[in-house]
Amino acid sequence: MKHKTFFWFFLPTGLAMLLFIAFPIVSVVIQSMYTPHDAVLITVENCGPFGCKQATTIDQEATASLRAAEPLGKFVGTEIFTDRGHLAFGEIGAAWRGSETMGVFFSSIYNLPFYRAMTFTLTFTFISVPLLIILGFIIALAVNSLNRHLKGVVIFFSLLPMIVAPLVGSLVLYWMVDSRGVLGTFIQYLANDPDLSMKASTPLTWVMIIVYGIWHSAPFAFVVFYAGLQTLPQDQMEAAQIDGASRWEQVRYVVIPHIMPLVTFVALIQLMDKFRVFEEIIGFNAEAHATSLSWMILNDLSGETQLLSSAAATSVMTLVGVAILLSPVLVRTWRDFQEKT
Amino acid sequence: MYFKRIAVAGALSLLASTSAYACEIGARVSIVGNEFPAIQTVGAAAQECKGGEVSTNLTADHQKINLAGMSGNPAEYTSAIVANSSIVALMNEDVIRPLDDLVAKHGAGLKKNQLITINGKVMAVAFMANAQHLVYRADVLEKAGVEAPKTYEDMLEAAKKIREMGIMENPVGGAYKAGWNLAQEFNNMYIGHGGEFFKPGSAEVSINNAQGVATLNMMKSLSEYMNPDFLTHDSNATNAEYRAGNVALMNMWGSRAATLSDAEGVSDEVKNGMAIAGPMTVAGGSTPATTLWWDGWTVAKNISDAEAEATFIALTNAIRPEILADEEVAKQAVWLIDGYEPTPAAVGVFDAASAGSTPYPMVPYQGLLHTALGAELSDFMLGKESAEQALADTEAAYTAAAKEKGFLN
Amino acid sequence: MSSVSAQRRPKGLRIAANAFVVFWLILAAFPFLWTLWGSFKVELDFFSIADWTNALTGANTERAYGTTTTTTAYHGAWIEQEFWRAVINTAVVCFCVVCLSLTMGTLGGYALSRSNYRYTFWLLIAALMFRAMPPITLVSGYLLPFFQWNLWGYLPTTIVVLVAINQPFTLWMLHSFFQKIPKELDESAKVDGCTQFQAFRHVIIPVMWPGVITTGLFSFLLAYNDFVVGALLLSEENRTMVPAIAAFLGTTQTEGNVMFAVAAVVSATAPLFVLVMFFQRQIVSGLTAGAVKG
Repeated sequence: MKHKTFFWFFLPTGLAMLLFIAFPIVSVVIQSMYTPHDAVLITVENCGPFGCKQATTIDQEATASLRAAEPLGKFVGTEIFTDRGHLAFGEIGAAWRGSETMGVFFSSIYNLPFYRAMTFTLTFTFISVPLLIILGFIIALAVNSLNRHLKGVVIFFSLLPMIVAPLVGSLVLYWMVDSRGVLGTFIQYLANDPDLSMKASTPLTWVMIIVYGIWHSAPFAFVVFYAGLQTLPQDQMEAAQIDGASRWEQVRYVVIPHIMPLVTFVALIQLMDKFRVFEEIIGFNAEAHATSLSWMILNDLSGETQLLSSAAATSVMTLVGVAILLSPVLVRTWRDFQEKT
Repeated sequence: MYFKRIAVAGALSLLASTSAYACEIGARVSIVGNEFPAIQTVGAAAQECKGGEVSTNLTADHQKINLAGMSGNPAEYTSAIVANSSIVALMNEDVIRPLDDLVAKHGAGLKKNQLITINGKVMAVAFMANAQHLVYRADVLEKAGVEAPKTYEDMLEAAKKIREMGIMENPVGGAYKAGWNLAQEFNNMYIGHGGEFFKPGSAEVSINNAQGVATLNMMKSLSEYMNPDFLTHDSNATNAEYRAGNVALMNMWGSRAATLSDAEGVSDEVKNGMAIAGPMTVAGGSTPATTLWWDGWTVAKNISDAEAEATFIALTNAIRPEILADEEVAKQAVWLIDGYEPTPAAVGVFDAASAGSTPYPMVPYQGLLHTALGAELSDFMLGKESAEQALADTEAAYTAAAKEKGFLN
Repeated sequence: MSSVSAQRRPKGLRIAANAFVVFWLILAAFPFLWTLWGSFKVELDFFSIADWTNALTGANTERAYGTTTTTTAYHGAWIEQEFWRAVINTAVVCFCVVCLSLTMGTLGGYALSRSNYRYTFWLLIAALMFRAMPPITLVSGYLLPFFQWNLWGYLPTTIVVLVAINQPFTLWMLHSFFQKIPKELDESAKVDGCTQFQAFRHVIIPVMWPGVITTGLFSFLLAYNDFVVGALLLSEENRTMVPAIAAFLGTTQTEGNVMFAVAAVVSATAPLFVLVMFFQRQIVSGLTAGAVKG
């Protein structure tokens, strides 16, 4: 295809992505390197329904000229990225010098918001993705052995957890898992502990969100693997059966190698999606126990006073995280592309 | 919306009775604000004005958009309905205008104490007051043989007794949800302990002190009598607990008190047993462990003078004394409007004001501290770290934020 | 996998497999059935604040209404809180997003699949990165300019933003579909004297519909389930369903709204059931489209 033709074909979608994705990213990057100007504070008298009181306020006239001269704010370079709310180099250095054991050192790192959010995000991602792949695979094997007429019904119900909005899905589960809800009561019965509450303990909240993550995405893995099973090489299966391979050996040596590319595909898509965990935390009201980068951004934006630079810096770091996570796909796509040309 | 409809119906009936009354404006009015019933009433009443388009966007997310919506020139919103916590963000960015000339021209019906003046300039007009105070179950307390608590220490005693007598497992309720709510409870208790949030005249935080530790310890003791999920309970969930008859004592918003037991399916026992009292004190202090709040409206800076005037007229009209003639409206809030007769549900807020409670601090960096408290205190409440550590973390988080905002160097 | 099912499997294994399927079905469907059942109760029952069996028996509902089920929550959500507005808004948004996404996506995806220059690789990679970005990182940046240009709060703005945010995904999906359509088809048309666009119109469009329908379904789901964009960019009366549900929960000053949220959740999920019923095959083929080719 000629450059010119390509250009016209690609223009609408390219323009949309440029305007609404690329430009905002650029502006976010710029925003992350500027902060508001130093505020000139004055003490004044404030009066209202409850009487008068001395209080501080910002002297707008004194800051107005500063703002007019540099509307972007004060350039701080990477200062926001290294402050306590983000990479916290200073705090880590202090913790390294001040900690006597590694345990103390790690717990003081975990005490920093960015590392706490990353710990949960990565734990969530790397526990739920393998488990949902395994669960999806087992469901696919089990469904595949069903009667043809039943398959449709089972697939129908299996798709449900995946297609509902994450916020809706997590709300539904959150309501059920309350310590007096139906699931909560059932878990208390299983654990033989009438005071057990999933929402009150950090590990259990993590388990709850991970279980939700698996429940939400296992259907995706299931459907992909199920489709893969339809194209199993029959000759190999027959050969294995003639050789007297046990059922497990058939799965191990024929089925799994056959669907391995699909496993990679599901894993990459899911890594991407799980890394941006956000609506689950909102739906489960889990911020006391689990946070993520997206949650940090929302928290910066929804306080009484918004922290725009801090939110922008977190956004940039999310972008970097995504790039790191995606690097294997990038390499693979590059190889594909080289083969194509 | 439903409430809008009630309010409009009430306002219309009013309009019929006072036929001489009219509201004429000459430019557009656009209002952004929270969505609770009292604000719905104000929004609907502002829309009665003729001569210019009056639009409202009343949503729980108002705080995420009001600043952006007032920063443009001309601003999208000509008015934001705010509280004493949220006016600060608008003041910091200099997007609201002084109202002195408009008050002089059109504000004859406003009371002096409705005017929020900062450095001698009127920046907002308040129309309602709010505070957290005690809501309790009179029947349960009687059964346990205790008086309605006057202090948090009494509350703990009462809770202990109720639990020991087997009446309720977790008799204390509280909006302790991590984030804004938890931070607000800290603020209340810290003020009750006589603490000061900042070093005088500066943005430097100082909460890691004896009062801070005592505050957290009291919160922890209270939480032991709460539902174990307290860190996920906002005021909605706390009220639901109360309605279900699981809670006998709680510190609740006055604005929620009137309608607390109105919901469907609440047992008569809970309905009849409900009682309201003023806020409690703590640790022998004389200042109640609560904060006073007002809700009011502002006028944007980046709009034409005609729009500002129209906005002022429409909103002044929306909070004229006549709106209180509707009983439904009178019940919605503790109105600061002239001629307001307190309903029984308002007694808690009135007690809070007369007992010398402190207003929520209106300083430019209070919001940053609020956010920091909300994020850092949950570890202590979960028993994962010491009070000192939690307070030190809060101070560090606040300091980073205040540096970013230019309040500290 | 006929050969495996033809092979006689031991009874124990068959029972185990069937039991597992039943277990999974309960896992997948029970939460929805439970919520559907509970949406006809009052708050105290559904949330079982006193006792979990109340949700089944509806004790408090009976006290309030004399019957064990009530449609108050639906009445409250749909009539009092005007949830129907959100439904209409969602319908408008979904329809427009699907149409626009597909139009732009087919053109772009087709171009990407037929060009071998290096920039196509980088465009695809950029799209992949964009696809992985959490939308919240972008949406906060829109607020100021949209207010400044008086674009904030309207459905068209949100539609355009959703289309743009969904483009990377649409592009990837359609790109892989077009790659499966043999290049020889349009090449031969071009040899016959067609321009690239004519070749696209006369040769490719007639054969591309399976892929486009599947991609459309996913665009629909993305628009239907969107939360962040709608919540931050739409004014109260223009809200779509998911932000409206969140708003029922977010309100801190009215009692009993939680049941409105439950009723709204059920109302918002029901159309998806119907969708899956009709388009099950397309969804399944869509999920595997990118995958099966490896």
